[in-house]
Amino acid sequence: MPAPPVHPIRRPPSVQRLLGLLATLALTAPVALTGCSSQRSSATLVVFAAASLTQAFPRIAQGFEKDHPGVTVKFSFDGSSSLVDQLAGGADADVFASADQVTMHRAVDQKLVASAPRVFATNVLVLITPPDNPGHITGLNTSLAGKRLVVCAPQVPCGDATLKLARLDGVTLKPVSQTTNVTDVVGAVTTGEADAGIVYTTDATAAGSQVRTIAIPHSDQVVNRYPIATVAGSSHAAEAQSFVAYVTSASGRAVLSSYGFGIP
Amino acid sequence: MSLAPDTAVPRWLLVPASAALALVAVPLIGLMVRVPWAQIPRLLATPAAQDALWLSLRTCAASTVLSLTLGLPLAVVLSRLTGHWAVMVRTISVLPMVLPPVVAGLVLLITLGRRGVLGQYLSVWGVDIGFTTAAVVIAQTFVSMPYLVITVEGALRSTDRALEVVAATLGARPTTVLRRVTLPLVGPAILGGTTVAFARALGEFGATLTFAGSLQGTTRTLPLQIYLQRETDTNQALALSVVLIALASVLMVAPTLVTRRSR
Repeated sequence: MPAPPVHPIRRPPSVQRLLGLLATLALTAPVALTGCSSQRSSATLVVFAAASLTQAFPRIAQGFEKDHPGVTVKFSFDGSSSLVDQLAGGADADVFASADQVTMHRAVDQKLVASAPRVFATNVLVLITPPDNPGHITGLNTSLAGKRLVVCAPQVPCGDATLKLARLDGVTLKPVSQTTNVTDVVGAVTTGEADAGIVYTTDATAAGSQVRTIAIPHSDQVVNRYPIATVAGSSHAAEAQSFVAYVTSASGRAVLSSYGFGIP
Repeated sequence: MSLAPDTAVPRWLLVPASAALALVAVPLIGLMVRVPWAQIPRLLATPAAQDALWLSLRTCAASTVLSLTLGLPLAVVLSRLTGHWAVMVRTISVLPMVLPPVVAGLVLLITLGRRGVLGQYLSVWGVDIGFTTAAVVIAQTFVSMPYLVITVEGALRSTDRALEVVAATLGARPTTVLRRVTLPLVGPAILGGTTVAFARALGEFGATLTFAGSLQGTTRTLPLQIYLQRETDTNQALALSVVLIALASVLMVAPTLVTRRSR
């Protein structure tokens, strides 16, 4: 290993020099930032997508970028509601993919999207337990009584679906925690904190051997639909439309189904 | 607004000082403008909001008592340590201040959780901390106690040790010196540190969510309720935020008034 370079002893910078440096930075930073974006000749597409698409969408983008040289796709993954809040706050995005239709409607109502939303994927609920199933859970039934069950809160899409499915199956759930996103449900089960959780089939697929998956009766009657639309005021409207078209194309569908999504 | 006459503040200092105040105040003013004030009474009347409010007050009171009973002794011992030990103990004591809250929650989970390093033994004895109100208190104490420790320790280090030495030479036992000399000297710092710890516990979110989960009346404190509310209606979340801010403001101002009166 080479010896570290020897620095001469530096005097602490004086206050004036620091202030001067700060002033220089304050004056040059905006120039530097705008310089960056204006130098870029190719288009950068910003896609706001629901957190559950974190793994599938970058794979789809790889194929899209290959088909559209010069276009780079960047993602911001978050809860669908957070993304709508960010769009309403003026966030610069070109495409919005929501995990449910209710949230997409909120975006439509606020005139945040430019195109009519298209459903590109579906998801259904499953029951998961830790691999060794310490609570001896057999399904969405009395085996859950007295066990530590974690579900999504009814205010969020997965929780709303959970409630509907439980009603359909005539089961009253007594969860120990109602989380705001499905990732927390998966986390509670994979850490062994919870005996069981209700998540989307794609989450169970992503968790792999960390969970045991049990199907829930009538889950095909409570289907979660993922809509996608271009964002109003996008500076890359044409590219945004091609991305939406690519997601709904055969190539996009193939990737989505490999991650456990259903295709509408 | 007026400056105390005996403090000669350079005029130019007012410029960055005003900018600093604006940085914090402008978003608050923005909130006040946006908030649907008419919705607040109706929102506060909902069981979900009331449960969250009471749970927050209860757990914060408990975690503040815990911070005080454990943190105060730690601050005293820490202020007496020197050299490497002081650096090491202080670093450990304040580490939760720099940890992202989610990390704090995860750390607690893998330690005290059902399959955690310690939790697995507790679980054998039938003690399950996860998803209980106790977990909320532990998470709040974990993140808020350092504020009390660092405040009190700083004050203790800047007190005049001669007073304690005199008390000791006059025959006072260590406990008497601590009770009659040391602690009264840093009384305002203890009050200030306790207030900050309480306020930090009141705003605690990430560690609670990760370690304790979120269930109405059991673990869903006010910040968690706000977060959940935001999923359906941002305006309602803002309205509830005003309640949290008002509560925190009252709690921050109260000790200042108390100390001013005692002077």
